[in-house]
Amino acid sequence: MEKGEFVSLLGPSGCGKTTTLQMIAGFVDVTKGEIWLDGQDITHAKPNTRGLGIVFQSYALFPHMTVLDNVSFGLEMRRVPKQERLERVREILNMVHLSGYEDRFPRELSGGQRQRVALARALVIKPPVLLLDEPLSNLDAKLREEMQFELRRIQKTLGTTTIMVTHDQSEALSISDRVVVMESGKITQTDTPYALYENPQTEFISTFVGKTNLLSAVIRRDGQSLLAQFEGFELPLEIAPSSPTGKAVLSLRPEKIKLTEPGKGHVDGTVTQVFFLGDRWLYHLETPLGELLVADSNTGHANIQEGNRFGLTWAGQSMRLLQDATEQQHD
Amino acid sequence: MIKPRSVPWFLCAPALVLFVVMVLVPLFLTVILSFHVFDHNTGIKNELTLAHYIEVLSDSYYFEIFWRTIWISALTTLLCLLIGAPQAYILSRMRSPWKSILLLIIIAPLLVSVVVRAFGWSILLGPSGLVSLFADFLGIKLSRILYTEKAVVIALVHIMMPFMVIPIWTSLQKLDPSVQDAALSLSATPFTTFRRIVLPQILPGMLSGSLIVFGLSASSFAIPGLLGGRKLKMVATVVYDEYLYALNWPLGATIAIILLIANLAIMLSYNRVIERKYRRALG
Repeated sequence: MEKGEFVSLLGPSGCGKTTTLQMIAGFVDVTKGEIWLDGQDITHAKPNTRGLGIVFQSYALFPHMTVLDNVSFGLEMRRVPKQERLERVREILNMVHLSGYEDRFPRELSGGQRQRVALARALVIKPPVLLLDEPLSNLDAKLREEMQFELRRIQKTLGTTTIMVTHDQSEALSISDRVVVMESGKITQTDTPYALYENPQTEFISTFVGKTNLLSAVIRRDGQSLLAQFEGFELPLEIAPSSPTGKAVLSLRPEKIKLTEPGKGHVDGTVTQVFFLGDRWLYHLETPLGELLVADSNTGHANIQEGNRFGLTWAGQSMRLLQDATEQQHD
Repeated sequence: MIKPRSVPWFLCAPALVLFVVMVLVPLFLTVILSFHVFDHNTGIKNELTLAHYIEVLSDSYYFEIFWRTIWISALTTLLCLLIGAPQAYILSRMRSPWKSILLLIIIAPLLVSVVVRAFGWSILLGPSGLVSLFADFLGIKLSRILYTEKAVVIALVHIMMPFMVIPIWTSLQKLDPSVQDAALSLSATPFTTFRRIVLPQILPGMLSGSLIVFGLSASSFAIPGLLGGRKLKMVATVVYDEYLYALNWPLGATIAIILLIANLAIMLSYNRVIERKYRRALG
């Protein structure tokens, strides 16, 4: 990891991401591998000597202490003089917009405020690394979105290297510099959010990060380029010519499909379901390729109904070959 | 038809009747009795007097017994806290099968009659009991234990332990384990974490445990009766003596009422002091 970077560990529950975080924090013994911080091996260091800032999923505020005492606890343990302690607490509370709440107890605060206290408590010690364990999962949708931006703003201002564990893909995409996807204890892809969304490496990632359509096709070599063969049509693929050919699964994002008149697209389909999501529409279409999801941004017209027939068209370049799905068959 | 609003009253009725008949009425009768005149030749007279209260409150004999009862109970409470709190902490950190086993061991004393346990202790602590034999074996000269305050305190601590461990354990159960991790991550040592983070949160459990243990110890009868012997008296045994040997029921009633009031006063003020300090934080 780079200094000042915001990395997310993304994965479904039970994939080992929280365990990974707990290993970094020192609450769980490391079974294999090593953890290095600033050129120092901290694999077996005690948790109270690592000096990392941690925000827990349950916030884990000290319920019997005021906000002020909660935040200054870490400084107290570091024997920071009282005057400096108060100054630094005031400064960090100001940053998380909690000035004036110093004398409240945690149970007198709302969920979002508690979250910010937990963040302030972890940041006030100026930790080399900030660990966030599903920090936003206990907040309601609106607040969660606000806190995502808050979190990013504060992290950018302080420049603290941050590792966040989350199962929420949109959260991981929107605030991280890099996303690490974990699947049953293994890292399957590490990329920037954009690259992760655009080029998912496995079927799991393509369905877990955003919505996608999975298409079965046969990959065929034609001179220098590769073609994906469907029943009745072929589309060029934008992948390395050395890729294997044969049966494969391709990922196609719903927003990459355009609706046209019937007969003018690659396939025809009938709308079976319509979902309105505010900023966009989501359609389910029954096609010869199976059920396809199509997303269309809301431009102010609501004239597509269930039962309508459309042609579907998309560029071959927007399809992505999924690695684990190809039946290896080099020629 | 029963109106919905009166349902709670009907549901409370059996317990209420039991409480009134078994507790309030006898208590009230005892209070009345304590004001009656007693004559050694003719027995209880139908006249009212404050003489018994004046006698108990002014006689240093009774003062000594009350004082002994209070310090034995306080010492028992303190020892139960010192042993019970770490025990509850260990219990809460244990894994599944061992947790139930230890809990059973802690509760086990409640399943055996107090009298049987008292006799058990008198056998262990007696002049030729296991404890003195073991001390002899190690070459330690032990002073007499049985029929002294020591025996009473040891047996009381043993009997009262579950009443201390269980409330503390209950409040430990409510603790969020990641709160301790949070303290550790902020560079607190495990000891500081216990003192600054865990201890204040289990204080309510310690408080209620202390109140139960103190109250039960101060009014205990079988243990001081059997392990304190004839000479070492506590308030409950004095009441018993007044009723059954001196046959001075009004005086016995007076002592019992004063014990009740003293006990209530001590427990309420203890509760008040601690609650005032932690009310806002612990809700």
